[in-house]
Amino acid sequence: MLKDITIGQYFPGTSIIHKLDPRVKIVVVAMFIASLFFVTSFWPYVLIVAFIGTIISVAKLPLKFIIKGLKPLMFIILITFAINLFLTKGEVLLELGPLTITKEGLRQSVFMALRLVFLITGTSLLTLTTSPIALTDGIERLLSPFKKIGLPAHELAMMMTIALRFIPTLLEETDKIMKAQMARGADFESGNILNRAKNLVPLLVPLFINAFRRADELATAMEARCYRGGDGRTRLNELKFRSRDYVVLASMVVFFGLIISTRYLVS
Amino acid sequence: MNEDIMIKIENVSFEYSSFIDESIQLAVKDLSLDVIRGEFLVVLGHNGSGKSTLAKMINGLIMPSKGEIFVNGLNTRDEDKIWDIRSTAGMVFQNPDNQIVATIVEEDVAFGPENLGIPQRELRKRVDDALETVEMTEYKNHAPHLLSGGQKQRVAIAGILAMEPDCIIFDEPTAMLDPVGRLEVMDTIKKLNKEKGKTIILITHFMDEAVEADRVMVLNEGEAVMLGTPKEIFRQVERLKELGLDVPQVTELVFELNNEGYTFRDDVLSVEELVNLL
Repeated sequence: MLKDITIGQYFPGTSIIHKLDPRVKIVVVAMFIASLFFVTSFWPYVLIVAFIGTIISVAKLPLKFIIKGLKPLMFIILITFAINLFLTKGEVLLELGPLTITKEGLRQSVFMALRLVFLITGTSLLTLTTSPIALTDGIERLLSPFKKIGLPAHELAMMMTIALRFIPTLLEETDKIMKAQMARGADFESGNILNRAKNLVPLLVPLFINAFRRADELATAMEARCYRGGDGRTRLNELKFRSRDYVVLASMVVFFGLIISTRYLVS
Repeated sequence: MNEDIMIKIENVSFEYSSFIDESIQLAVKDLSLDVIRGEFLVVLGHNGSGKSTLAKMINGLIMPSKGEIFVNGLNTRDEDKIWDIRSTAGMVFQNPDNQIVATIVEEDVAFGPENLGIPQRELRKRVDDALETVEMTEYKNHAPHLLSGGQKQRVAIAGILAMEPDCIIFDEPTAMLDPVGRLEVMDTIKKLNKEKGKTIILITHFMDEAVEADRVMVLNEGEAVMLGTPKEIFRQVERLKELGLDVPQVTELVFELNNEGYTFRDDVLSVEELVNLL
């Protein structure tokens, strides 16, 4: 049951998007997010949709994957929609008791909801097309210039790698402990929220103790394998910029400029 | 120092204070041993006999309270040489899950040599060779948590092998595996010793794994109580039972038969040997 959870939701593939340098993809997504906040009217969304659509079709991502990614955040999108719909002042269109819907509110709520949808879709495109290991690698390399001011880039990436490595192991263990406790009469599914939380204690205590024991053993094993931080380490798979990476980066700069210019073209 | 000696253990003791009454306990007592280059040494002993403590001392993970350990002539107390020592005497632990670092098999195998700063081209070759040796090449792009216990332990062995150590210490590598996994790992260990010429120190409490060793050392409460070839050790059935250890099934059978009045040789270790004898 717990094994079905996949963190990062990586969708393996061999498309050019999958093969891009993770650093390029991170930068592109950051620029994409920034560009969303430069959009002030509806029509530049055509460009945004075209951008997302191109990536989805090139990476051959199934649409239902994208929609699935939106579902858990539907609640936030709806709340944003409602707040904007009812709380924006302006020309009144409809009155429902204490609530009023204005023309500006309608426009604003649709606009904001769309922005959220694009934000989520855009970022999920990164995790869908980049394996977790490539992602951590990319983050480490992007952050490495900040090492000079004391940012532990390598350590952060190592922690992320270890976390990713142990998620399935700990999930499996949770499953095992749950079954063991259920066999002894533990009940994880009934009662009110307070009772349920209380019932989780016999699950969490062994889980935490085991996690600490694992951490201790892993640290010993890492030391036995000569781990001494990031200095002087080489990498099996070095990241290398290829021509396609430069092309994508250049196109993104153009796209970014285009979105910014729409702001001034209109006003 | 003698060229043929891989690891020299001189009068080593390890003290720790007990959690219960803070009295000083000895995990290892005045132990001396020379491990010869290329040999397959098995250390036997039940829980709490000091086996794992000994292994961790050889790897420089903990320091002896008294005495010295030399790995390839390097003292484990020498902090400047600790990485040389750890890459000369690699160590494989009991739980395969808790020694795999990366999310992809080949990345994990590369972890050790990456730490040593091996250049990329050489690194690639070492990783491929190590995976080839443990017969896990076809799984090199797999996620470790999807492998079986025996496969995971072989990946862990490959991770050590990629550091190109002369000696590998195995701390109960089969204790958490099913019989199939145990067989896979034992075959790999034997192969490393016979084909790759690696010095092997195998710590275990499975008697059957000791049969093919060059020498067997039996530890009891931190002391080396027996040392010799498997035949010399296992013929002393009563002595081993006193120490709370078993003997290989075949040896026990011969022992019982001899008690009933038969007169077989008392150093039979394998089924084939017994079949020939009968």
